[in-house]
Amino acid sequence: MVHPLRGQTAVVGVGLTKFGDLPGKTHLELLAEASYAALDDAGLKLTDVDGLFVSSMGRVFHPLQVAEYLGVKPSAIDGTNVGGSAFVNAIQHAAMALHNGVCNVALIAYGSTSRSDRKSGTPRVGGNPNAGVMYQSEYKPMLPVGSYALVANRYMHEYGMTRDQLSSVAVTFRKWAQLNPRAEMRGPLTIEDVSRARMICDPFTLYDCCLVSDAGAALVMTRADRARSLKQKPVYMLGIGSGTSHDQIAQLADFTVTACAMSGPRAFGMAGLKPKDVDVIEVYDAFSINPILFLEDLGFVKKGEGGAFFTEGHAAPGGKLPVNTNGGGMSCVHPGMYGMFVSIEAVEQLRGNTGARQVEGAEVALANGNGGLLSNQSTAIFGTAATLGAEARTTKRASAKKVVKKAAKKAAKKAPKKAVKKAAKKSAKKAAKKVAKKVAKKAPKKAVKKAVKKTAKKAKRR
Amino acid sequence: MAETGTTFAADGAEKQFRDGLNRGEFNIQQCASCKKHVFYPRTLCTNCGSPKLVWKRAAGTGTVYSTSTERYKPEAGGDKNIAVVQLDEGPRMLTRITDIAPADVKIGMRVTAHIGEADGIKLIYFRKA
Repeated sequence: MVHPLRGQTAVVGVGLTKFGDLPGKTHLELLAEASYAALDDAGLKLTDVDGLFVSSMGRVFHPLQVAEYLGVKPSAIDGTNVGGSAFVNAIQHAAMALHNGVCNVALIAYGSTSRSDRKSGTPRVGGNPNAGVMYQSEYKPMLPVGSYALVANRYMHEYGMTRDQLSSVAVTFRKWAQLNPRAEMRGPLTIEDVSRARMICDPFTLYDCCLVSDAGAALVMTRADRARSLKQKPVYMLGIGSGTSHDQIAQLADFTVTACAMSGPRAFGMAGLKPKDVDVIEVYDAFSINPILFLEDLGFVKKGEGGAFFTEGHAAPGGKLPVNTNGGGMSCVHPGMYGMFVSIEAVEQLRGNTGARQVEGAEVALANGNGGLLSNQSTAIFGTAATLGAEARTTKRASAKKVVKKAAKKAAKKAPKKAVKKAAKKSAKKAAKKVAKKVAKKAPKKAVKKAVKKTAKKAKRR
Repeated sequence: MAETGTTFAADGAEKQFRDGLNRGEFNIQQCASCKKHVFYPRTLCTNCGSPKLVWKRAAGTGTVYSTSTERYKPEAGGDKNIAVVQLDEGPRMLTRITDIAPADVKIGMRVTAHIGEADGIKLIYFRKA
């Protein structure tokens, strides 16, 4: 059975403020500016918003504050903070609320003055989110960087990844940033620059760490039926998965495996897709080890080979699997929590709006948010209209061949034998298309559904 | 409604652990049901959910699971080691390895526990075995 949330909701609007040094703005002003932009992008108004999904590093009543500031009276309101992934996790909450009719227009929004606050020495409201964690805070570790550094060192110990391989992550994202006029860091960056930069916490140098920015970002979702009548080409939410492994870093069971090993199969299972169906990936790169772990745990790269994957250029412009096409948190923008930006770039890529950095023909995009100290991973899979429905899925890619073959067998009972044989002779892709069409036309719906279910199950098992 | 009744002691696991530390003891819980050790102190076994967690003296020995050097300027106290130690009982804990240059701490190094103090709180540190 197709998951009841698959393709039922869509992102209809995205909005970004300027990035960087914005000392003249408050976090709420940045959130409101981005919200205005996202609603305008969708062709909706603030008065249409009845679902509000926000998250703040330290403000306990942040959802109330945002609702009041915007003048929104939401019927669904949520402020779950699982760290920077909160804004991807919120897509799950928003999709459930929309699909069940609890709200009709969901606004997910964030604004932050992280950089200006750091420059002016303004203390964070609510204090340090990593404070008061018994058995961790008392040791006064350098956080969050220290926890990611411990993970990176263990990974390098187990898999023999080199310092230069780690450096290729930051270099890859800088190459993407150079294609993005909005990115903060666009100058040249070499492996040597990264490896030889000032050490912060071994093995991380300055360039292994994300930026600290002022910025706002927002995203608007509606049910799919409404999305089709709005201003933009809808980007459908095909799958969403959340995974939580720990809070304090010492409690992560295996330092080389993140909760993406949970969130990924959940998202792929809902979407009925596999990693090889994905055209473009956006992941939360708080530190350079993150993308390596995430690509492995999400099933894109074999465990232990993530570093080489970056070094060989597969994730870079022109590579076989583009990763962080906006430049990521390391070279584009990182306002305290980066979760909004992975989804927004994924949506922009599927709209085909990203200019020089556009991944040609992108139909499926994956966005992965990271929260806390690798604690929560939230994975969203988005698709264009072409990815909706069983037929679209089976025709689109070679990876769906198996589904098609199985469906074709069932269809063979009803469809003329000749047609099936003929189709089987042709190239896999062409055959898939033709057979799937026949299946859709002649085969009982059950057969197709069953085949789809099997793919979903397989994705779950991965 | 089910009541907790006599399942839980008057003092929680946290206080019991801290009291032990103040007496110079490093204690660890073991689940009476599944026999797994639990650290940090809990109310319920994180492996099987049982409330039957029994205190025992930790061996105080372990292996460095991961380590890093936090870089600080000399005027801020200089570089510091931060480490995760896997106790011989199984659980891991965040700590610092003392009495050694931070860069000399290696993954796989055998270490033994000692009780130290920071800001008036007793803490468990380790040094090379």
